[in-house]
Amino acid sequence: MQASILDLEYVLGHYNYWMFVILMMTGLYITVSRGNLIKKIVGLNIFQTAVFMLYISMGKIIGGTAPILVDDPDAVYSNPLPHVLILTAIVVGIATTALALALVVRIRETYGTVEEDDILAMEHEMEFGAGVPHGGDRG
Amino acid sequence: MSANLVGIAIIDILLFTFLVVTAIVILRLRNLFGVVMLAGVFSLLSAALFVTLDAVDVAFTEAAVGAGISTVLMLGTLALTVREEKKPSHSAFLPLLVCTIAGAALLYGTRDMPSFGAPDTPVQTHVAPDYIARTPVETGVPNIVTAVLASYRGYDTLGETAVIFTAAIAVLLLLGASGKRREDKDSEGKE
Repeated sequence: MQASILDLEYVLGHYNYWMFVILMMTGLYITVSRGNLIKKIVGLNIFQTAVFMLYISMGKIIGGTAPILVDDPDAVYSNPLPHVLILTAIVVGIATTALALALVVRIRETYGTVEEDDILAMEHEMEFGAGVPHGGDRG
Repeated sequence: MSANLVGIAIIDILLFTFLVVTAIVILRLRNLFGVVMLAGVFSLLSAALFVTLDAVDVAFTEAAVGAGISTVLMLGTLALTVREEKKPSHSAFLPLLVCTIAGAALLYGTRDMPSFGAPDTPVQTHVAPDYIARTPVETGVPNIVTAVLASYRGYDTLGETAVIFTAAIAVLLLLGASGKRREDKDSEGKE
């Protein structure tokens, strides 16, 4: 496939995948660059939703219909299997989100903060006494 | 056929633009209440995208679970923790670099992907036609997604239930135990 990037056919056939890569990387960036634990969880959810979109778009057939049986014998159905997988993934995703949020509440009770930097500084202090923590000047 | 493809492309790109704008605002915003609300908007927009991609079951699950339950859980967490995010103290250059490289690698990987919506890809020709043909004969359920979820892959759904049960117990242990200890602390304070 040596199609040029400006070929309309190629672009229409692949723009979906590019969209999901952009969304997924935005989610990853929020997760790794922000220190607030709640925001990290929101970033993970965005990452997760981008993966769902990738799976669902692979099951789509142009001109097909939703996989619910109709009387027309010539009907083309989109692939139901990615839908089943992603239904399970969404429900498991909310379970892990709930667990992560419960952990955030516990961390807040123990440390009094949900900022990663502050927590690391406190851990450092606990371990090595009240020295200047590595890389941090706040506190 | 081609007009159909272009029509889907226009709706998809419109929804995608909204999704990216929402994600970028989530990135920039430091008011966590706003972040949680925008996360709900993000879920709802992705549910709309799932409808255009023929995944109606996934769309209403995403709308109910992603935009509904998840937002409620996050609001509950905000009530128990903080409302504002602190300014990031270190530069975000390394995460940006990592994300750019990973994104470039993934984009390179999409070159080998089959065209979007093509009916002759391995995804479409392997086992899916078999499930579509057998569902009305063997189960009589009109919704193929339900038939696969509950009949053919019932064990997977059992496993999913086990995961949710485990998560629920873990949440109860984490929050329940802390509530009890806080009561102990209160009673110590009174004495």
